[in-house]
Amino acid sequence: MSESALGAVPRRRGPGDALLLRGLLGLSLLLLTLLLALPLLLLLLRAFETPAGGFAGLANFAAYAATPSLLAAAWNSIWTAGLTTLLMLPLAFFYAYALTRACIPARPFFRAVMLLPVLAPSLLPALALITLFGNQGLLRGMLGGGSIYGPAGIVAAQSFYCFPHAALILAVALGTADARLYEAATVLRAGHARIFATVTLPAARYGLVSAAVVTFTLVLTDFGIPKVIGGSFPVLATDVYKQVVGLQNFNMGAVVGLVLLLPAVGAFLLDRRARGELDGRRAGMLSGRALPYRPRPRRARDWPLFLLCLLVAGALLGVVGTAAWSSLVRFWPYDLSLTLDNYAFARFDATGWAALGNSIRMAALAALFGTAMVFGTAWLLERGAREARIAPLVRLLATLPLAVPGLVLGLAYILFFNHPANPLGFLYGTLAILVLNSLVHFYTVPHLAAVTAIRQLDPEIEAAGASLRVPALVTFRRVTVPICLPAILDLAVYIFVNAMTTVSAVIFLYGPDTRPASVAVVHMDEAGQASAAAAMAVAILGVTVVAKLLQLATAGVVDRATQRWRRR
Amino acid sequence: MSTALARPSAGQRQPDTAPYLVVDQVSKSFGTFRALERVSLAVAAGEFVSFLGPSGCGKTTLLRAIAGLDPATGGRITQAGQDITHLPPAARDFGIVFQSYALFPNLNVTENIGYGLRGPAWPKPRRVERVAELLALVGLTDHAAKYPAQLSGGQQQRVALARALANEPGLLLLDEPLSALDAIVRQHLRGEIRDLQRRLGVTTIMVTHDQEEAMSVSDRVVVMSRGRIEQIGTPEEIYRSPASAFVAGFVGRSAHFAALVEAVPGEILADGRRLPCAAARKLLYGTRLAVFIRPEDVRLGPAAAALPGHFPAEVTHLEFLGPICRLSLEAGHLRLEADAPPDAVAALGALPGAALPCALPAERLMVFPADE
Repeated sequence: MSESALGAVPRRRGPGDALLLRGLLGLSLLLLTLLLALPLLLLLLRAFETPAGGFAGLANFAAYAATPSLLAAAWNSIWTAGLTTLLMLPLAFFYAYALTRACIPARPFFRAVMLLPVLAPSLLPALALITLFGNQGLLRGMLGGGSIYGPAGIVAAQSFYCFPHAALILAVALGTADARLYEAATVLRAGHARIFATVTLPAARYGLVSAAVVTFTLVLTDFGIPKVIGGSFPVLATDVYKQVVGLQNFNMGAVVGLVLLLPAVGAFLLDRRARGELDGRRAGMLSGRALPYRPRPRRARDWPLFLLCLLVAGALLGVVGTAAWSSLVRFWPYDLSLTLDNYAFARFDATGWAALGNSIRMAALAALFGTAMVFGTAWLLERGAREARIAPLVRLLATLPLAVPGLVLGLAYILFFNHPANPLGFLYGTLAILVLNSLVHFYTVPHLAAVTAIRQLDPEIEAAGASLRVPALVTFRRVTVPICLPAILDLAVYIFVNAMTTVSAVIFLYGPDTRPASVAVVHMDEAGQASAAAAMAVAILGVTVVAKLLQLATAGVVDRATQRWRRR
Repeated sequence: MSTALARPSAGQRQPDTAPYLVVDQVSKSFGTFRALERVSLAVAAGEFVSFLGPSGCGKTTLLRAIAGLDPATGGRITQAGQDITHLPPAARDFGIVFQSYALFPNLNVTENIGYGLRGPAWPKPRRVERVAELLALVGLTDHAAKYPAQLSGGQQQRVALARALANEPGLLLLDEPLSALDAIVRQHLRGEIRDLQRRLGVTTIMVTHDQEEAMSVSDRVVVMSRGRIEQIGTPEEIYRSPASAFVAGFVGRSAHFAALVEAVPGEILADGRRLPCAAARKLLYGTRLAVFIRPEDVRLGPAAAALPGHFPAEVTHLEFLGPICRLSLEAGHLRLEADAPPDAVAALGALPGAALPCALPAERLMVFPADE
């Protein structure tokens, strides 16, 4: 019988299948090395070089330490980031708490408003604050002689910009709770305050650490807000820009970049630990027969939280609304009649509307290639070629971009792609380099999301396919991708939105024909055309909102096409 | 493709032909942990073999080594005369049913079963015909368009089985195929799997931790513990003549106690009592023993009084199990269990506190050197 069975079963799939998957993972490694590891390495080397190219040892660092203004900038960065975290985190926590643990009306509305700042460039809140409190601001009197330009404006604008990131993390941390723990605490006669302190807070502890770390890092590494509203208040991010673009001192720029990298890497490591413990705890917490917690109405808790949500949502909408309004005003603040003149960008700036086209092209390409690369690599790491020797290295490179501030990455790109010996130098100033840079800059978050989505699949899916002699890539296409399609769309929109709104990395890399809209906002603001800058920021917001709405609108179609099996 | 039907049926094993699957000195380590320690066995064509053992004994590891999912780190595996030790799963000839079934959740029953039927060997009409045949085989013709989530556990299990059998593999591997089902469905399906296997004559290996399941369906059972094979034998062999204390304790119920081999051939000394024991005849005087006795072998009342070496024992506990009662007995430091029909228990007056004559038949005592 063995004869006939062997004759009947064609041996189509040899070891070639595994070899192909390893090869693909090797390709991922090559790309991440070229686009991330080598540029960063070159940046590191440049910090130890003299401008002439000789070995400088620690001379650049000594020069840095001897310059009081540079040291002051480092301290400024740290304390504004710390203050923002301290002020904003309680607000984000109770907002997330209201969304997950209280019975308030209009929860979907509050959730949507919470996400609004993610869709806007970080410049938008800064521009809105200047409109209200700047030299010609309507509400300038409220500041009592103080100035919005400087730390006050930075902290206020950063709070707006970072709020959704922190609130999202906290909403996830608070969203998974075992109702039995609360029942047990109630049966043991614990009061509301005691339950909050002994059950709710400990469960959200790691989420709080994670949210704090993310906020701190975002503020520290953001470039747009201090550029627009910082005035003469120096911070690390603006220093890098000044050294490189203003003074053309690449070596000192590299040193400042490394200084900026240090706290970001530290924060990243702290966050990884917190997240690791969070995952471990959640697995433990919700294993077995945990019952999801459902809040019951309680006025003493719900009303104050509802009020808080109204206030926060009002502030978020107010900031966006102010920016939108100021973009429509004829001549701020003297002639408040409405006009669309500010949207005729060609009047202010040679690129005109083409800048927005550049941004859309760049973001769309980054989303397209980024999603394919991120999801494919995540699948290879988790399933297709998890045993490969290079897998740990790829995993490390995939999580590294989260720790690299955009400015540092942008600087590394200039040094790497401008290097006379680099055969890839032709990419400099093209749309391609902007696309590749955005892809790497925003790699980690989609990577982690893809890994999570893939880990939810039955671990034997690929083995089942292999036992049926179906190549792994066919199973990937027929099973893995259709199941994960909603998650894949999420990745694509995430990359698109971030590439649309980013300033920090691309500001070093655009060419005359490829200047993105976010950079155009900075330039118009520098040129004193605040209304046009606001108009461009609002136009970016419009594109990202449309992208998000499109995703929601197609969700139904995608579900019908690929998720029918979920219905019972 | 009628090869499946042409295979010799499972009942008539042919010991004279070469075995279909040979596992030779196979080892597997994960880091420093030795999951399999030089394991060897041979499976004849058409045979149904079960790997039985507690969790962590290496039975699933061995199955996955045979499938090539976690390749062995040492030794050789041959299937139908071909060395498959280092072949990737896709190049081997087997079908597998996973513990979780691993059905593709986004494909319906038809698509799941037909998943492996692709390429030039399976033009569409042939594929459709084959899937219909398999649907009929597992009795799911009416559910062909449903998705896995819309099926019961037992139906999902049948889809997994049909999918594994679709391209007529020479070897069927079942990894705890019934453990996710409730007791009644489990008993029913285990009969179905056995029938199907007999009809198709496909060589089958099943991993299970449920001894009743293993014994009821298998031609032979491989009992494993701590990465080693303890015994390979028919269900009756492993139950009646266990090869080690582990097998005696793991398979079936038994009470056990320590004893010494006496000077008189065929006698042992346990708790100051001399007991006749056939298996001790060839053992050296003074050897320390672990002795096992199954509850159904313990004799009580007049039947016990007729046997040599009987002794009085006190009933400490009585469990009513329906067709039989299980008595817990104590005689000095010996603790035993005995099964008896409820009528007999009533006739003996074997209520807790009562003392009864009790005997352990000499040929039913299973003895193993202690400290094994």
